[in-house]
Amino acid sequence: MSHLIDRRLNGKNKSAVNRARFIRRYKTQLKRAVSDAVNHRSITDIDSGEKVGIPSRDISEPVFHHGPGGTRDMVHPGNKDFLPGDRIQRPEGGAGGGSGKGKAGNSGQGEDDFVFELSREEFMDLLFEDLELPRLVRNQLMGTTEFKSVRAGYATDGSPSNIDVVRSLKGGIARRTALGGPHRARIRELEEELATLLAAGVEETDPRVIEIREEIDRLKTRIAALPFIDTFDLRYQSFVKQPEPTSKAVMLCIMDVSGSMDQVRKNLAKRFFILLYLFLQRNYDKIDLVFVRHHTIAQEVNEQEFFYSRETGGTVVSSALHLAYDILRERYDPSVWNIYAAQASDGDNWDSDSALCRDLLINRLMPLMRYYAYVEITPRQHQSLWFAYQEVKAAHPHFAMEEIGGASDIYPVFRELFRRQEA
Amino acid sequence: MTGRVISDSSEWSFPLLERFDQEIGRIAHEVYGLDTYANQIEVISSEQMIDAYSSVGLPISYHHWSFGKQFVATEQTYRRGQMGLAYEIVINSDPCIAYLMEENTLPMQALVIAHACYGHNSFFKGNYLFRTWTSADAIIDYLVFARKYIAHCEERYGQEEVELLLDSCHALMNHGVDRYKRPSPLSMAEEQKRQEEREAYLQSQVNDLWRTLPVSASSSGARTDGRWPSEPQENILYFIEKNAPLLEPWQREVVRIVRKIGQYFYPQRQTQVMNEGWATFWHYTLMNHLYDEGFVTDGFMMEFLQSHTNVVAQPPFDVPWYSGINPYALGFAMMRDLRRICESPTDEDRHWFPDIAGGDWLKVLDFAMRNFKDESFIAQYLSPRLMRDFHFFAVRDDDREETLEVRAIHEEQGYRVLRQALADQYNLGNREPNIQVFNVDRRGDRSLTLRHFRHNRRPLGETTDEMLRHIRRLWGFDVRLEAVDEQGRVHLVGEA
Repeated sequence: MSHLIDRRLNGKNKSAVNRARFIRRYKTQLKRAVSDAVNHRSITDIDSGEKVGIPSRDISEPVFHHGPGGTRDMVHPGNKDFLPGDRIQRPEGGAGGGSGKGKAGNSGQGEDDFVFELSREEFMDLLFEDLELPRLVRNQLMGTTEFKSVRAGYATDGSPSNIDVVRSLKGGIARRTALGGPHRARIRELEEELATLLAAGVEETDPRVIEIREEIDRLKTRIAALPFIDTFDLRYQSFVKQPEPTSKAVMLCIMDVSGSMDQVRKNLAKRFFILLYLFLQRNYDKIDLVFVRHHTIAQEVNEQEFFYSRETGGTVVSSALHLAYDILRERYDPSVWNIYAAQASDGDNWDSDSALCRDLLINRLMPLMRYYAYVEITPRQHQSLWFAYQEVKAAHPHFAMEEIGGASDIYPVFRELFRRQEA
Repeated sequence: MTGRVISDSSEWSFPLLERFDQEIGRIAHEVYGLDTYANQIEVISSEQMIDAYSSVGLPISYHHWSFGKQFVATEQTYRRGQMGLAYEIVINSDPCIAYLMEENTLPMQALVIAHACYGHNSFFKGNYLFRTWTSADAIIDYLVFARKYIAHCEERYGQEEVELLLDSCHALMNHGVDRYKRPSPLSMAEEQKRQEEREAYLQSQVNDLWRTLPVSASSSGARTDGRWPSEPQENILYFIEKNAPLLEPWQREVVRIVRKIGQYFYPQRQTQVMNEGWATFWHYTLMNHLYDEGFVTDGFMMEFLQSHTNVVAQPPFDVPWYSGINPYALGFAMMRDLRRICESPTDEDRHWFPDIAGGDWLKVLDFAMRNFKDESFIAQYLSPRLMRDFHFFAVRDDDREETLEVRAIHEEQGYRVLRQALADQYNLGNREPNIQVFNVDRRGDRSLTLRHFRHNRRPLGETTDEMLRHIRRLWGFDVRLEAVDEQGRVHLVGEA
């Protein structure tokens, strides 16, 4: 006797728990692998999952087994020309391979990395673990709490405007079916009896026939008397209010596109911006991006132009700061929006402009900001802008600045900027 | 004739599977007299198959990272196309559960039903090792109990703690079998009831063992000469479960769970060639019978034969993809050979197998299936003809010599040596190091001494130190490992 069962609809993620445990156990190794992956690969495609490797020896499960050495006898198939007593050269690596024959090369495999793919979530978690948005906590405490109505199924009371017609009518039908059921059954019985009587040739005037007809009529009236809709049937759509934390953020990307910023530097800057964007994405539902690029004058542009259009000319950083300030004042109320800014530059600025930048930042922009990160992409000596910004940093602790030399610096610098602060 | 054909499409459906199962079952039971458990055939998707892989084929298991690792590895290799999944997994339980992959074509499903639901199934029910070591009717219940118990422990004592313990137990899983004693049958209800009593009782026993003896100095001095345990114990996990001084009762129970599961897999490790050979022989025989009775078409048989041939292919030693003897190939060939010896024996067969040559092949095969394991099966039934067919040769690798020596080949003088060598190759006792609990220093530092009895001077591998740390974690005090060579000399290998 056999039973056939279709299990395909059963859950298929039975191993999810075990997988999660595996990842938790090897977190340190995985984190190292994730950092490496970020440093050496293009950040633009980090948003998908990532392949990472752990050295196999770190995760092996030991058992007692025989090591190389001693005497071992093996039987193999496929003899062609061996005779008893023949001596054969020991194959390469064969002594340790166990079989002694034809297994050369197998022994090397044990040292390979155990490579597997992390999902996007797992990857991002590992990437941003123990990073924290500066002042995030304070922000949430201070943020105005908004409410939104959420559907919460159906209720038996509510305001008339919320009556759900379909549900209520369904209820009516069900009630009428249930209450009328016994009557209808009785009517069927009586009609059958009537039919048999009439078929047997009983007259229409027979008292029993009249009696049956009267009862059928009476029952039909009772069924008809069941109310079409009753207060009992009414169903109301139910709504509850849920508090909604402020979860909107705007990220200002400011970049110098003057002649001295070549495509390589722009790419470095881009990676930094993308990291910041991904990081903000983990914390906020909605993120607006504002791109401001500048040489001697500043412009708000779309992403494509921001990263790829070519401009030349001198550099006046304050133009961008002015524009940023105007945009914020017009469109992003700091009581509703969490404002982050990241500025990338090669440090060049028109000399007398740096002091202006400093004042703009200290007095106007910084009070609006959650966080302002400045990265300087330069292999050279710092110029006036760097020193001006150092003064800003002294005045506002949520201003951060770092220097990036090459692609592999980006992630460490990013971590440095957003490292979890000891409270 | 064509009227009997069940289906000529390669798409399967549940009614078709049912038809096939009925016909195959009828032939298996009525024509060939196979004795099986009831079947529970479950169709699953490839993702579910990967899940099943990662819990070593058990339908339900406790949570542990190593299963996650296995899962990740299987998923990766499968996704990259480096490995196909098995067509089926079959579980030694009553009813016998067989998983069929939905991707299989109809001929494959029929093959799998014949292979798993009648081949493996009858082997599980008949073979003495399975009868001795596993309780098919209770295993699922026991696994449910184990899963709940370990989840409960994690809640009470923390995941980390339980995980460390399980790591150590898993490392010793292969050393958790009594080879000479039949285990008592398991049952969920009993197990749960007894578990609590056991906890209390065990703890009291252990405490008693370590009690300061209120005896005079002279008598205790006399007793220190005796070793304890008086006989070496090969079941290390059992010894630890019963005697480790510092384990909490719940820890002993976890050790016990791992030990029981290890025990459940013990017969499978010893009957790979036989089990697969038996199942392959029967799917081959049953499918051919189906064909002879006109239930399947030529096209169906072609597809069946193609996968069958793939399964039983044995590459020779000198090709790059050679990876040892294929148990399917060897097992299948031996089963077929037994039938041949019965049905059309040659003079050589009459000389080598006087008692079965010309006998009733069904009885002979049934007897062989019931009463042997790989090692003894090969030693008993490997025929000279098969050794010639496989072109077997035996090589000796001695690390004291420059070259390897060919000891015997498939010829008159070599048959017996060859057969013995091949049988030894499947002897679990030779394949796995023989490590036993030798002594516990009960009056001193409570250290545990293990002895490795060396075979052919083969030393232990590089994991030994790590293993000693695992044992130390379980035992709670120093652990020493000594090696005994063939001359009886003892030397210390490691300490933790």
